[in-house]
Amino acid sequence: MIPALRAEYRKLVTTRLWWVLLLCMALYMAFLGGVMAFVLTQEGGGGAMTGGFGGGADEMPPLPPEDLVRTVYTLAPALGYVFPVIVGALAVTNEFRHMTITPTLLAEPRRSLVLGAKLVASLPLGALFGVVGTLATVATGALVLAVRGEPVLLDDPDVLLTLARSVLVLAVWAMVGVGFGAAMPNQVAAIVVLLAFTQFVEPLLRLFLGAFEPTEGIVRWLPGAAGEAVTGASFYASSGIGNLLPWWQGLLALVGYGLLLAALGRATSLRRDIS
Amino acid sequence: MTTTDGHVVVDHLSKRFGAVLAVDDLSFEVRPGRVTGFLGPNGAGKTTTLRMLLGLVSPTSGTATVSGRRYTDIPRPAHVVGAALEAASFHPGRSARDHLRVLAPQVGVPDSRCDEVLALVGLTDAADRRVGGFSLGMRQRLGLATTLLGDPRVLVLDEPANGLDPEGIAWLRAFLRHLAAEGRTVLVSSHVLSEVQQTVDDVVIIARGRLVHASSLAELARLARRTVRVASPDQDGLRRLVERVAGGSTPGAAVSLPEPGVAVLEGVEAAAVGAAAFAAGVELHELASRDVGLEDLFLQLTGERAASGAPPEPDGPGTRPVADAATERGAA
Ligand SMILES: Nc1ncnc2c1ncn2[C@@H]1O[C@H](COP(=O)(O)OP(=O)(O)OP(=O)(O)O)[C@@H](O)[C@H]1O
Ligand SMILES: [Mg+2]
Repeated sequence: MIPALRAEYRKLVTTRLWWVLLLCMALYMAFLGGVMAFVLTQEGGGGAMTGGFGGGADEMPPLPPEDLVRTVYTLAPALGYVFPVIVGALAVTNEFRHMTITPTLLAEPRRSLVLGAKLVASLPLGALFGVVGTLATVATGALVLAVRGEPVLLDDPDVLLTLARSVLVLAVWAMVGVGFGAAMPNQVAAIVVLLAFTQFVEPLLRLFLGAFEPTEGIVRWLPGAAGEAVTGASFYASSGIGNLLPWWQGLLALVGYGLLLAALGRATSLRRDIS
Repeated sequence: MTTTDGHVVVDHLSKRFGAVLAVDDLSFEVRPGRVTGFLGPNGAGKTTTLRMLLGLVSPTSGTATVSGRRYTDIPRPAHVVGAALEAASFHPGRSARDHLRVLAPQVGVPDSRCDEVLALVGLTDAADRRVGGFSLGMRQRLGLATTLLGDPRVLVLDEPANGLDPEGIAWLRAFLRHLAAEGRTVLVSSHVLSEVQQTVDDVVIIARGRLVHASSLAELARLARRTVRVASPDQDGLRRLVERVAGGSTPGAAVSLPEPGVAVLEGVEAAAVGAAAFAAGVELHELASRDVGLEDLFLQLTGERAASGAPPEPDGPGTRPVADAATERGAA
């Protein structure tokens, strides 16, 4: 396993796309952190958000400070998780796109081990995305909150724990990406499906399924909701849509998604002939 | 060391892709210390066979082993078999050295080995250049460098001469001869015999997934021997001549009579035919000897010639299948 992990590490650092994506995530999260901090501290800001999603109203009371900072500081796992997912998926799809899967499997024919190494190697990479994404969000978010005269609560142990879980869940998202890439090794298809699902399909599912009582329970198990549960703060939940799993269940659900997708990939693309 | 050490054995191997039977009950053996050419036209099933040998494609039936083991059963297989399958298996963004460094941990060699093999294939100066900017010939060299990482006993190279200039082909030839001289098993595929003719000791020729010929190159060359065409207005005399040549004096000679008044004799010298005609008192209007090139023979064996529209040969007396192919050229 150690040689396989070293190989995976080298595959990563000898290409450039990952740090371009890392930079994109940092900029995107810094932007979102600042903007959301600003919007949520507007007069009736808490209500403005629900207004955006569920209709309803300015009667909504402003968010208490703890919820406010949590919503702002966890924007990375709530809205930016697509970056580590894509980086994880690329670790697999790139091999098929450039057919480097051939020399890879010649050097190590045990395909489960190759996939396992990719899953494990994605965790520190995802953690890097987690650290950078979370720090970028907090940097601008806290700055704007401070300027607006709100407490930033960066010395609150609960808030720090939330930040740590934000890093953790983004690391797991990279692993989910690896599983997804294995299940869908066509690079273009994988990226299109990932963007469509994370940016469009799942938010809509959460909105509609969450609106009806019989399906409400399912929503918490959707991957994005499970990811949000890990930090215990939900952009959607604080918008009054649906509730979340306990954090550890969310974590297990997300890990489960990653392993399930990886198993699917192992049984399909990685079992097939490489030709 | 066992008797199978360094041997590649393909045993009743078949592979079906949907409706296409890409490899059809193929069996052959490749020995160490020799360069073996694995030959066949485009689509013959060479790459598919090699991929099955390397555990990348699972056979529909049959087995392929290296030193008595399946590739996937060999621990650290890159130390036993070095394989390069196609020039395109590189990430264009990686440098040549990085391509090798990515593989080194799993091959199980130190990073210094990467520079060693780059030097062996003459890519030292291009080591830090991105592979995306490499010419086809440079990619072939990098592929070859990849195969050498683990210093393997057996080398499997799929069309390594593709994209090489004449100088590169000469270099590859010397390189492969050198590797075989070290006692390694070298299996190289090609779709043209002439490309590897000066390199290989043995040939395995396939067409449409089936084995059509396996022997040493020398034996193949013997099949491709000279033919002698004689023409005479004296049909009976010609018969007598043919009997005299094919009958006793020159064992192994084969004959065909492609048209009235013409005979094509194979496996004899023109001088011997001339002497026989003189002795038999036959008037000759033509006595011509012709070489059937190895490449022609290869095309006939693989059915390319027939496919390209040559008229079928009427069966002459005493004609063997291979001689038939050879005489057809002589008569054409
Ligand atoms: N993955 C695949 N799916 C379907 N058919 C395939 C696949 N791979 C190969 N084939 C078919 O199998 C046959 C043999 O192909 P193969 O690539 O082994 O030939 P080849 O001898 O290597 O030819 P070339 O000289 O062109 O490289 C061809 O008819 C090809 O179309
Ligand atoms: Mg081929």
